[in-house]
Amino acid sequence: MEAYMDNAATTPVLPEVRDIMIKVMEEDFGNPSSKHTKGMIAERYITEAKETIASILKCEPKEIIFTSGGTESNNMALIGTAIANRRAGKHIVTTRIEHASIHEPVSYLEEMGYEVTYLPVDSNGRVSAEDLKAAVREDTLIVSIMYVNNEIGAVQDIKKLCDIVKKKNPKTLFHVDAIQAFGKYKIVPKRLGIDMLSVSGHKINGPKGSGFLYIKDKTKIRPIIWGGGQQKGMRSGTENVPAIAGLGVAADIIYKDHSTKIERLYSLKKRMIEGMNKIEGAIVNGIDGIDIEETAPHIVSVSFEGIKSEVMLHALAQKGVFVSSGSACSSNHPELSGTLKAIGVSDELLDSTLRYSFSMLTTEEEIDYAVKITAEVLPNLRKFIKQ
Amino acid sequence: MAQGFLLKYAEIGIKGKNRYKFENALCEQVRIRLGKIDGDFFVERENGRIYIEASSDFDIDEVIETLQRVSGIAAISPVKVIDDKSWDNLVKEVGDFVESQYDDVNFSFKVKAKRSDKHYQYTSPEICVEMGGCLLDRFPGLSVDVHDPDVYIWVEVRDKAYVYSKVYRGIGGMPLGTAGKAMLLLSGGIDSPVAGYMISKRGVYIDAVYFHAPPYTSERAKQKVVDLAKLVSRYAGKIRLHVINFTDIQMYIYEQCPHEELTIIMRRYMMRIAEHIAKESDCLGLITGESIGQVASQTMQSLAATNDVCELPVYRPLIAFDKQDIVDISQKIGTYETSIEPYEDCCTIFVAKHPVTKPNIEAIRNSEKNLEEKIDEMVRVALETDEIIEIDA
Repeated sequence: MEAYMDNAATTPVLPEVRDIMIKVMEEDFGNPSSKHTKGMIAERYITEAKETIASILKCEPKEIIFTSGGTESNNMALIGTAIANRRAGKHIVTTRIEHASIHEPVSYLEEMGYEVTYLPVDSNGRVSAEDLKAAVREDTLIVSIMYVNNEIGAVQDIKKLCDIVKKKNPKTLFHVDAIQAFGKYKIVPKRLGIDMLSVSGHKINGPKGSGFLYIKDKTKIRPIIWGGGQQKGMRSGTENVPAIAGLGVAADIIYKDHSTKIERLYSLKKRMIEGMNKIEGAIVNGIDGIDIEETAPHIVSVSFEGIKSEVMLHALAQKGVFVSSGSACSSNHPELSGTLKAIGVSDELLDSTLRYSFSMLTTEEEIDYAVKITAEVLPNLRKFIKQ
Repeated sequence: MAQGFLLKYAEIGIKGKNRYKFENALCEQVRIRLGKIDGDFFVERENGRIYIEASSDFDIDEVIETLQRVSGIAAISPVKVIDDKSWDNLVKEVGDFVESQYDDVNFSFKVKAKRSDKHYQYTSPEICVEMGGCLLDRFPGLSVDVHDPDVYIWVEVRDKAYVYSKVYRGIGGMPLGTAGKAMLLLSGGIDSPVAGYMISKRGVYIDAVYFHAPPYTSERAKQKVVDLAKLVSRYAGKIRLHVINFTDIQMYIYEQCPHEELTIIMRRYMMRIAEHIAKESDCLGLITGESIGQVASQTMQSLAATNDVCELPVYRPLIAFDKQDIVDISQKIGTYETSIEPYEDCCTIFVAKHPVTKPNIEAIRNSEKNLEEKIDEMVRVALETDEIIEIDA
C-alpha cells in the first residue's frame, strides 16, 4: 500500500484537469493573442478560468493575473508594489514564518534599501495583533502575511490583521500568501480587506506551473515581467493556456460541496493526531491549547524525539509513506526550518520533524496506514541513533 | 583541402615491440569517443602519430574537449590538410591557415618543416626559410624569432601537405585497454572519483562498487553516485557500477561491535565485498580514494587494518595527496560540483564521536568474531542482490 502524505508539497492532477489540458494542447492550441479563430478559442479558456476564479473570490475577472505559480505571484506582489509605491514609503512588514518565495524577495528589497520588520509568532505560529499594530507606520507600503503556514498549518486571523493595518494606515497594501489556504478556506478578498492574494494551482490538484495573483482594482503595482503586453501588460508572455484551463477546472471542483470536503479533512487530521499521540516520543506541533479547527485542515507537523528526520523520511518512503522534512520546497537548503524555530521548537527537535499533509483525495485508510508505518519504523530507527 | 587533427602520444612512443598494440588501442579509443559527437572522422596512425581527418562539419571546441578526455594523448593540434601541395598553393593555404587560427596576426614565429616526399622541390630547411619569407610578406605584424618564438608553424609535406600551429595539451597517460581492469570503491565524496580517474588514465578499465544504506542514505545519494560515475566515465569509458545494499550488515556491526570500531569494521566488509565482485569480474585490483591521515579511517594503522582483508592489490593513487590537490583535480575533471551535493553517505551517518585512529588488527579481528553468527549469510544476500548499472557517458 501507498500513502501519499505530501500534498502540501504538491498534489496529483485530477482526471478532469488532465482532460481539459490535453484538449487544449492537442486541439485548441492556438496563441490567445492570435487574431484568427484558433486564437479566439484559446482565449476563451482563459476568460472562462478567470470567470470561475472571480466567482469563487467574488471579485471582478479583471482582478486576476495568471502567473507561473505561487512563487511568481508572491514576487510580483512584493516587488511590483515596492517599485510602484517607492515614493509612498520604504517600509515592509512581514512575519518570521513566511515561505522562501516571500522571504527571499523581501530580503532582496531590503538590499535595495527598503526597511523590513519581521513579526514574531507564538508557539502555535500566530502573529499577535498588538505586534502588528505597533509595526505598521506612516511609511509602511505593504504588509505581507501568509494565510496558512506551509510547515505546521498555522492559520492567521486575516480579517482581524487586515483591519488593524487599514485602521492604522489606510494607504498600506495588504498582501496574503494564500498558497496553502486556497481551496481549504472560502476567501473573499473584499470582505477581508485584502489588496493582493497569491494562489498556486498544483496545491489544489491542478497543474504545476499555474497560479494567479488577485490584485484589487486600482491597486498601484507594476509588472515584473515585461514583453508583448499580454494580460493587459501586467504579465507579458504567451499565456500558459493548458495550465490556466486546468487551474480553472481544479478551482471549480475544489469549491464544489466545499464544507463537506473540509469537514472530512478535519476528521482525517483528528484521526492522524490521535494516532500520533499514541506513539511514544511523538509531539504534534502547533496545536498547543487550541482547537484543531483553528489550524489548517490538511497539515500535521510531528516531531520525533531522537530521530533524524531525513532518515525517518527515507524509512517511511521504503514502506510507501511519502512525507516531507520541513517544507519540500526548501529541502534544497539544508538549513533548518525557520517556522519551527520561530514557534520555539527545541533545537534537538528541529531536525527531527516531519510534515504529513493531505488533499481532498486522501483516504482514512491512508491515514491509518501512515500512522501504523510511522509507529513501526520508529523503534527500529531509535536503536541506531548516532552516538 | 580538409580539416583535421594531429595527435601526439604520451608514453607510447617508448614501448618497443608492443608499440603497435598501444597505438591501436589509442586509435580505437579516439574512434569510440569521436563516434559520440557530431561529425564523421577518419582516424589513422602514421609515423608515430595519429591523424584525424574530418569529412563533414564538426564543432572544433567539442572535438578538442573530447580528445582532451582520452588518455594516452599528449597533445592535440588542429591541422589543415592540403591536397594540392604545389608551392604557390601551399604558400597561400598556409597563409590562410595562419589567418584562420589567430585573430590578431601580430607575433614572433618560426616555421618548422618536415619533408618526407623526397621529390619535392624544396628540402626541409629550404621550406622553413622560403615559407617564413612568404608569411612575412603577407603579414606585416609578423617577425621571425628562431630561438624563442611566440608561435611555431609546422609544415609537413608528405603525399599531401599538412600545416598546424596551435597545440592543446592532452591528459597524457596510457590508452584505455592496455592495462587491465580494476574495481573502484566509489562513494559520493570528492576523492574516489578522482582516484578512479587517475587509475583509468594509466589505461585501466574501471568497474565500480557503491554501498547503499537505505533508509539512512537516500535515493538521491545513490543518484549522485550514478552521476559521478557518469562524469568519470567521460574519461574512463564504460563503467559497470555495482550497488550493494549494505544496511543490514551495517546495522549488525553496529549492534555487535564496539562503536568506535564501527567504521573500520564496516570498511573491512566493504573491501571484502568489493574484492569478491572484483574477482568475479576479472579485475586485477581494487582502487580507493584514501589518503594518509585524512580521516580516522585513513591513518596508517587504519589503512593496514582495512588492507588486512584483501588479497588483491589495493591501488590508492591519492595516498600522498593533500586535500586541496585532490579538490583541484576534481574541479579539473568536473566531478567537484556533484561531489559536494549534501547527501549523507553510509560512512558518515553512524560515525562514532571518537572513532579509533590506531586500531589494533588483533582487536578488530576479535570484535569481528561477534559477527560470526549471521555475517556470512548477510554478505551472501548483499552479493546476491547486487544491482548493476551500466554507465557510459
